[in-house]
Amino acid sequence: MGLAARYLEEQGIPTVVFGCARDIVERCGVPRFVFSDFPLGNPTGRPHDPDSQRAVVKLGLDLLVSASTPGSTLVAPYEWSSDHSWKERVFTKAQPFLDPEATEKWLARKEHYRELRGQGRL
Amino acid sequence: MSHVRYIDKTREYYRAEGYDRAYEWAHFETIPFTSFATLGKPLSRCRVGLVSSGDVVRRDMEPPADDPRRLVYALPADLPADRFLSRKAAYDRYATTLEDVDSFLPLTHLHRLANDGIIGGVASRFQVIFSEYSQRKTLDVDAPEILRQMREDGVDVALLAAV
Repeated sequence: MGLAARYLEEQGIPTVVFGCARDIVERCGVPRFVFSDFPLGNPTGRPHDPDSQRAVVKLGLDLLVSASTPGSTLVAPYEWSSDHSWKERVFTKAQPFLDPEATEKWLARKEHYRELRGQGRL
Repeated sequence: MSHVRYIDKTREYYRAEGYDRAYEWAHFETIPFTSFATLGKPLSRCRVGLVSSGDVVRRDMEPPADDPRRLVYALPADLPADRFLSRKAAYDRYATTLEDVDSFLPLTHLHRLANDGIIGGVASRFQVIFSEYSQRKTLDVDAPEILRQMREDGVDVALLAAV
């Protein structure tokens, strides 16, 4: 997603990225970034909380207008939970990131993609 | 507590799963920048485009067959958010859900912001991208296609929501 934002920005379209993986987005380097310290999945506000969702989108729009230098990160002022154990548990053996079926699909798609690429069809 | 270090976590996780080669996350020394001021108009007159990585499909239509090329595609942005759903498996399914579309694809809020006069409007379609296979494909194929569609739709500024 960061790559697409960078491309659009290079072509003259101001962008803002919303995301929950701060290290990944900042490593890539995007023009403007609204970071929600939430589990992966809800970059534009807490589920079933329309007020926070609108506020996060509004933060992004404000950043779009106000940023004067590239690479600004704005941290959304919402805490997922006072219990932070989800941060410890994500990507651990106890909580496989993809379930077995999704893993199988992912690997099959990946293989298929490689084949197409090998055949010059991509 | 500080944010999750996903780069370190995934490296350890996949190494333990038996994958020997660590994923190389994209990294650039410089960051492009287009100042909002260059548009020469206020946000209230800007058309906003939206890009999602949420594997979004329509609820009211048979989902398209799985295309192994995983190319970018567009969906109409003027439908209510609850007419869409995410098929994405790669999210923190233990801690949250993708049931509420506006938590990752803020269509309802963008339309309300347009009605309230805060933005000029919402582009008639939004784009969905897959970025899990190839950074080269994102840059050479998907990003130019998003740009082409956004130009066609008169998009002034773009929001990109990474699920």
